[in-house]
Amino acid sequence: MTAALEVAIARRIGEFDLDVAFTIESGISVLFGPSGAGKSLTLALVAGLIRPDSGTILINGRVVTDGARGIHVSTQERRIGMVFQDGVLLPHRSVLDNVALAVRQAGGRRERRAIARSWLERVGAEGFVDRRPGSLSGGQRQRVALARGLAGEPALVLLDEPLSALDATVRAELRELIREVILSSGVPALLVTHDAEEAADIGDVIIAYDDGRVTGRRVVERPVPPRTRDDDLPQSGAPA
Amino acid sequence: MKRKIRSLGTRQKVVVIVVAVGAGFGLGFGVAHLLGGSIAYWGVVSGPFLLTLRVALPATVIAGVTGIASGYALAKGHFPGRNLLEALGSLPIILPPTVIGYYLLETLSPGTAVGGFLTRIVGHELVYNVTGCIICSTVAAYPFCLRAARASIEGVDPRVEQAARTMGLSSWRVALLVTLPLARRGIAAGLTIGCARALGEYGATLMVGGDINGKTRTLSLAILDSFTTPERNAMLLILVLMAITAMAGVGLLGRART
Repeated sequence: MTAALEVAIARRIGEFDLDVAFTIESGISVLFGPSGAGKSLTLALVAGLIRPDSGTILINGRVVTDGARGIHVSTQERRIGMVFQDGVLLPHRSVLDNVALAVRQAGGRRERRAIARSWLERVGAEGFVDRRPGSLSGGQRQRVALARGLAGEPALVLLDEPLSALDATVRAELRELIREVILSSGVPALLVTHDAEEAADIGDVIIAYDDGRVTGRRVVERPVPPRTRDDDLPQSGAPA
Repeated sequence: MKRKIRSLGTRQKVVVIVVAVGAGFGLGFGVAHLLGGSIAYWGVVSGPFLLTLRVALPATVIAGVTGIASGYALAKGHFPGRNLLEALGSLPIILPPTVIGYYLLETLSPGTAVGGFLTRIVGHELVYNVTGCIICSTVAAYPFCLRAARASIEGVDPRVEQAARTMGLSSWRVALLVTLPLARRGIAAGLTIGCARALGEYGATLMVGGDINGKTRTLSLAILDSFTTPERNAMLLILVLMAITAMAGVGLLGRART
């Protein structure tokens, strides 16, 4: 099976030296580590916003960066979705426009807006589609950013500390939403956080970072939900 | 009132500016008429006024389009000749208008290699006519449009442009849908100053246009020509009140959300 993302890159910025290699599969993988460990830099390199000094990045088996062969696929062509720390929505466009502009699927303006609306409903943002981002709360902005990140049917969605600017209550609410929406979309995700609890709550795999290096990797054990009596009953339409 | 202004579209805002300038003209003309008695100002003033508009409007459009394009290139691009473009773009601000006029006359005259070539391309001469006046006003307005566009484009948050690229928008769409709309206030300020500069262009227009009555005599030139006559009051008042009402209109719209 092809990995969703294969990274083996090096990049030096001033005194900081990033040199990492890891692979992620489906589900949600988390880059976890202290501030300044190089997590967000890695995300920017995967997104193509910065070029590495050397190394390769493959998304779904497709080479998007190869220092030795001089390959650098532009950010637009990588088919990624991205959720930034504080949303970074287009301030002059409505919530609906913000998501509709990210819809890459073929179709006219009406179809793209319909797809955007359905994504906004999935993240619980249907109540403010016509508002401008400036009038939204932090939690509302992140809901819209999540819808925008997924609306274009990306091969990979990148989330850069999406909850760090929010208060505790909203953070807990959005952790659940992020996990549920991303898993139901089937899009592999790479999330960056320095919060251990958040990493364990959202991630399926945690890749530990420190000082520009990968220092560990662990699979998060999730308790199997208890079986209910309904689970034993045949589903309607399913063969008995 | 403020609410109503906020809900105006771009076309309505242009109408507000045009009405403001027209009101300035009407007010200036009316006041001058009252002060000066029954002198027939209209025939003296209307020709230069209309010619000034005929010169300044296309000059603002050309300077605006080229200024925004080169401002974008300077703000975003790293290309050979970038510093030269920047220096050339600022020259009309630094050099005296007569020096600009001299070089334009030298370049555009049909007797010169460049002027001859351009004359053949355009199909008529570029000096001592309205085309020459438009070129002078364009050159005068261009640096203001360029500098304002560059500064406001540089002021756009690069993270918003990065976010747009992750949405799959091409570089052209990022420029048209994100960068330029976010820089619109600075660009509009540059266009306003550029338009004011084009309206008031004097030195280069005098040399390249030739101050021909009824053909290239713009309002600025007409003021000097009528300096010893009562019509000058009308012209001065019209220009001053046009400037005040236009700036009031721009100020009113500046508070509006686009």
